[in-house]
Amino acid sequence: MEIGLAHYLTVSAILLTLGIFGIFLNRKNVIVILMSVELMLLAVNINLVAFSAYLGNLVGQVFALFILTVAAGEAAIGLAILVVYFRNRGTIAVEDIHHMKG
Amino acid sequence: MVLPDFSIALPEIFLACVAMALLMVGAFRGNKSTSLISWLSVLAFIFAGFLVQFEGHATVTTFGGLYRDDNFAVFMKTLCLGASAFAIIMSIDFNKREKLVRFEFPILIVIATLGMMVMISANDLMTMYLGIELMSLSLYVTAAFKRDSVRSTEAGLKYFVLGALSSGMLLYGVSLIYGFSGTTNFDVLRDTFMSGEAEAGVGLLIGLVFLIAGLAFKVSAVPFHMWAPDVYEGVPTPVTAFFAAAPKVAAIALFLRVFVTPFGDLVDQWQQIIVFVSIASMILGAFAAINQKNIKRLMAYSSIGHIGYALVGLAAGTEEGVRGVLIYMAIYVVMNIGTFACILSMRQRDGMVEDISELAGLSKTRPWMAFFLLLFMFSLAGIPPLAGFFGKFYIFVAAVNAGLVPLAVVGLVTSVVGAYYYLRIVKIMYFDDAAEGFEPVSRTQTIIMTASGLFVAFFVIFPAPLLEGAEAAAAVLFP
Repeated sequence: MEIGLAHYLTVSAILLTLGIFGIFLNRKNVIVILMSVELMLLAVNINLVAFSAYLGNLVGQVFALFILTVAAGEAAIGLAILVVYFRNRGTIAVEDIHHMKG
Repeated sequence: MVLPDFSIALPEIFLACVAMALLMVGAFRGNKSTSLISWLSVLAFIFAGFLVQFEGHATVTTFGGLYRDDNFAVFMKTLCLGASAFAIIMSIDFNKREKLVRFEFPILIVIATLGMMVMISANDLMTMYLGIELMSLSLYVTAAFKRDSVRSTEAGLKYFVLGALSSGMLLYGVSLIYGFSGTTNFDVLRDTFMSGEAEAGVGLLIGLVFLIAGLAFKVSAVPFHMWAPDVYEGVPTPVTAFFAAAPKVAAIALFLRVFVTPFGDLVDQWQQIIVFVSIASMILGAFAAINQKNIKRLMAYSSIGHIGYALVGLAAGTEEGVRGVLIYMAIYVVMNIGTFACILSMRQRDGMVEDISELAGLSKTRPWMAFFLLLFMFSLAGIPPLAGFFGKFYIFVAAVNAGLVPLAVVGLVTSVVGAYYYLRIVKIMYFDDAAEGFEPVSRTQTIIMTASGLFVAFFVIFPAPLLEGAEAAAAVLFP
C-alpha cells in the first residue's frame, strides 16, 4: 500500500484530537496539559510538511520551522508560570485550580 | 541580492530596538529604574505613533509580500499604541503602592504591542501567527506578573493553557488553508478565490472554522470566552486595563483583515458563523454580568458583550460595517481606559477593593470620580448623546443595510438588558448610603479620567476626525 497525503492528514487529525482531549479530560496534572499542547503543535507540523511535499512548495516547511521555534518559547514560558504557581499553592493538580469561580 | 524595503516596518523595528535597549537599562540599573523605563516606553510609543503616521498612507507590501502597510494599519496601530501607552501610565503609581515595582512590566507591554503591530500589518498567515504569538507570550507573562499572589499566577496559568490551545487550533486551521489552497499569502488567496480558480472545498472550510475559533479565543467571543472572567479578575488591575483594550483591538483588526481581504469572496460561508458568535457574545455579555459582585469580573463580561457588538459589523461584511467596527473599537478603548482609571482609584486605607458594593455613596465622598464613572457607565450602556451610543449606532445601521435585521434587533435587546447592570452601578454610587470613602485620586488617574470623560461627552460635537480616519481605513480593505 502506498502511503499518500490522506494517511498523513489522518495521523495529524488523530494527534490533534488526542491533544485537545488531553487538555480537557485530564484531571491530574498540569504537566500533561503542556505535553498535550506540544502534541497539537506537532500534529500541525505533520500537516504542514505533508502538504508542503505534496504541493511541491516550500512555504509549509518554513512555517513548520517557525512553529518549532515558537513552541520552544511557549513551553519555556508555560513551565515558568507553572513553577511560580507551584510555589504559591504547593500543588499542580488540575482539580485544585479553582480559586476563582463564577 | 536585493534587500527588502525595511522602511515600511520602521515603527516595529524601532519598538523592537527600544525594547532591547530598555531591557539593558533595566538589567544594569535594576528595579529602581522602573519609572524611568516606564516613561521612556511611553515616549517610545509616542514616537512610534509619529512614525506610523508619517510612514505614508499608500498601500505597500514588503518582505516578499509578507508584510503590508496601509490606512487600515495606520488607524489600528495608532489605537493600539495609544491604549498601551495609557496602560503603562496607569500602572506606574499602582505598582508603586502595591510594591509591584519591576522594570520588566513596561518592557513586556512594549513587546506585546510590537506583536500587535505585526498582527495588524500581517499580509501572510505566517506573519499573522508570529505576531499573535509575540503578543500572547508577553501577555501570559504579564498575567502572572504578581508572582507571590495565588490569584495572579492561577490566572496566568489558565490564560496560558487556554491561549496555547487556541493557538493550536488556529494553526491547524492555517495548515488546512495552506494545504487546500497552496498558499499562505493574503493577496494570492484573495486572487484565487476571486477568479474562481480554487473552489472553497470542505477542507478549506474546516480550516476556516478552526481559524475563526482561534481568533475568537483571542477576542474572547462566545463560545471561547471562558478564560476572560477568571483572568480579568485574577491579574493585577493595571494588567486588566491593558488586556481589555489593546489586545482586543489588535485581534479585531486581524479578524477584519483576514475575513475581508483573503476570504472576502467566501462571505456566504463564514457569515453565519460570525453571526452566531456575535449573537452568543451579546447575550452572554448582557445576562452573565447581572449577578457579578466584583467590578473587574463585571468588566470582563461587559467586554465579551462589546466584542459581540463589534462582530455585528464584521458579519455585515460591507465597507460600512468595517467602518462601524473601527469607530466602535476606538470608542470602546477610550471608555475602557476611563473606567479602569476609576477602578484603579478604588483604594481604601487598607488597600485596593474590587467589590461593586464599595462604591456605595461615592457621589458624596468623591463626587468627581462618581461623575466620571457615571459618564463611562452611561456610555458603555449606549445612552445618547455619549460616545458609546454612536459606536452602536453605526454598527446597527450597517447591519440593517446589509439585510441582517434580526442581528440588529438582538443587539438592541441585549444592550437594553446590559444597561441594567451599568445603571445598577450608577444607582449604588448615587442613591445608596455612603460606605467608607476612598483615598484621594492620584493626579495621573484624574488626568486620564478627565481626558476620556471629555472625549466620551463631547464626541457628539467633534466626531469628524474619528469618522474620517475610520472611513479611509475601511476603504483600503475594499479596493
